[in-house]
Amino acid sequence: MIYFDKVSKIYFDNSVALDDVSLTIEPGEFVSIVGHSGAGKSTLLKMILAEERPTTGSVFFESVNVHALPKNQVPHLRRRIGSVFQDFRLLPNKTAYENIAFTMEAAGRTDDEIASDVPHVLELIGLGNKMWHFPFELSGGERQRIAIGRAIVNQPELLIADEPTGNLDPLNTHEIIQIFKKINDLGTTVILTTHNKGVIDSLSKRVVTLENGRISRDNKEGRYII
Amino acid sequence: MMWITTKRIIRAGFIGFWRSGYVSVSSVLVLTVTLFVIGMLMLSSAFLESTLTNLEDRVDISVTFKADAPEVEIRALQVALEELPEVRSVIYTSRAEELRNFEQRHQDNSLLIQSLNEVGNPFGARLSVLATNPSQYEVIARFLDSHSDSQIFSEPIIDQVSFKRDIIDKLLGVIDTSRTISLTVSSLLIALSILVTFTTISLAIYVSREEISVMRLVGAANSYIRGPFMVQGVIAGLISAFIATSLLYPSVVWVRNATAGVYGGVNLVPYFLDNFAQIFLTLLLSGIVLGVISSFLAARKYLKV
Repeated sequence: MIYFDKVSKIYFDNSVALDDVSLTIEPGEFVSIVGHSGAGKSTLLKMILAEERPTTGSVFFESVNVHALPKNQVPHLRRRIGSVFQDFRLLPNKTAYENIAFTMEAAGRTDDEIASDVPHVLELIGLGNKMWHFPFELSGGERQRIAIGRAIVNQPELLIADEPTGNLDPLNTHEIIQIFKKINDLGTTVILTTHNKGVIDSLSKRVVTLENGRISRDNKEGRYII
Repeated sequence: MMWITTKRIIRAGFIGFWRSGYVSVSSVLVLTVTLFVIGMLMLSSAFLESTLTNLEDRVDISVTFKADAPEVEIRALQVALEELPEVRSVIYTSRAEELRNFEQRHQDNSLLIQSLNEVGNPFGARLSVLATNPSQYEVIARFLDSHSDSQIFSEPIIDQVSFKRDIIDKLLGVIDTSRTISLTVSSLLIALSILVTFTTISLAIYVSREEISVMRLVGAANSYIRGPFMVQGVIAGLISAFIATSLLYPSVVWVRNATAGVYGGVNLVPYFLDNFAQIFLTLLLSGIVLGVISSFLAARKYLKV
C-alpha cells in the first residue's frame, strides 16, 4: 500500500533526516515507527502526505507516486488519508461537530451524509455530549479524540498518527491507542510514530526503528528497543 | 455540487466573520477609514472642480462697441465669433441694457444718475466671449484684432477689447496647479489607505495561518479554504461602505458650518446629496473589491503547497 523507494531527505543546512530508506507497508497493517527525536519519523509521515518532498527516491501510495502528483490532485490524496498529530491541530474557531464536518465538506460529501455520520463518529469517540464545544473548552484527551474522529470520518484507507499520545496522560494514552486498534481491526492501515515504550510493548505489532535517518530494525511483533 | 460548495463557503464566511470578533472589527474599522477618505476626496475634488470651472467661466473677453455702431454689424460679428471652434458662447448686451445695468449699480448715487440723464446713453453695446478652453483666449483676441483692422465694416465699430492676459495666465496657472496638487494628494492618500487596509487584512489572515495549514492537511482544496476568507472580505467591505457613507453626511455638514465664516464657505452638502447614489456605489464597490483582493492575496501566501 505504501512503498518508500530509496528515499533520502537532506535539508538546506545539510542535516540528513532520511538516508536511503526503503520500506513497504501492506494494507491492513499496524506499523509503529520509533526512534529518538530527529531520527526522521515525522519526515517519513510528512512525505506520505506530500507535505515534504524527498531529495532523492520516491514514495508511492498504492501505485501513485505521491510527489509526481499535480498540485490540484494533492487534496484528493489527503482525503484518502486520515492524520492525527501530537498538537491535535483542530480548527480553533469551529466546534467539535464542525471540525469533523469540515473534513466531510472538503471531500464534497452531501449535507445528509454529514448530518448522519458526524454524530455517529462523535458517539464512537465518546464525545456525543460535547459536540457543540469549541476546542478550547475541551481537555487534551478530548481534543485528541476529536482529531481522531476527524481523521476517520471519511473512512480513509490509511491513518497516520504522529506522536498522538505525546501530550496525554497514561489513561488517555491507553484509550487513544485502544481506538487506533479498533480502527485497525476494521481494516484501516495505521502508521503510528511514538516515543512511548509502554504503547509499543502493549501493541505487539510491527515496529520499525529509525536511527539517524536509517532503518536499524524492522520486527514483525516488535518491542521498543533503542 | 458547485451549489453546495458555494453555499458552504458563504456560510463558513459568515460564521468565520462573526467568530473572529476582534479581528473582523479591526478589518471593518480600517476599511471604513479608507472608504471615508475616498469619499471625502471624491466630494472635495468635485467641489474644487466646480469652483475652478466657475472661475474659468468668469474669465471672458469683453468687446465694447462704439455707441454709434449699428446692431446688424455687431450681430454679424457675434455670428462670426460663434462659428469659431474656440468659442463656447457669445453674449450680446445691448446699449439700453448696459445703461440699465449701470443705473442699477449706481442707484444710490443720484448725482451720477442725474448727469447721466442729461448726457443720454453714453454706452456702447457689448459682446462677452467665453472660450471653450481658457488657453484659447489668445486665438480669439487675435481674431478680434484682425477684424477691427479689416475693411469688412464701413468704419471701425469696436471701441475696446478688454482681455486681461496677465490675470488669465495667472489664473490658469493657479487652476492647473490646484488640479495637479489635488490629484497628487488624493492618489497618495488613497494609495496609503489601501496599503494600510491590505496590511491589516494580511495580519488578520496571518492569525489563521495555522488553521489554513490544517485545512490543507485534511484535504481541503485551495479554493475551498480561500473562499470563506474572501466572503469575510466582502462582508467587511459591505459594512464599511455603509458606515463610511453614513459618516460622510455629518462630516460635510460640519465642514459647511465650520467654514461658513470664510469667504464663500466650503459647502459639500449639495454635492453629497446630488451624487449620493454614485458615492455610495463607488464606496460599496471599492470596499468589496479591496476586501476581496486583500483577502485573496493574503490567503494565497499561506496556501502554497
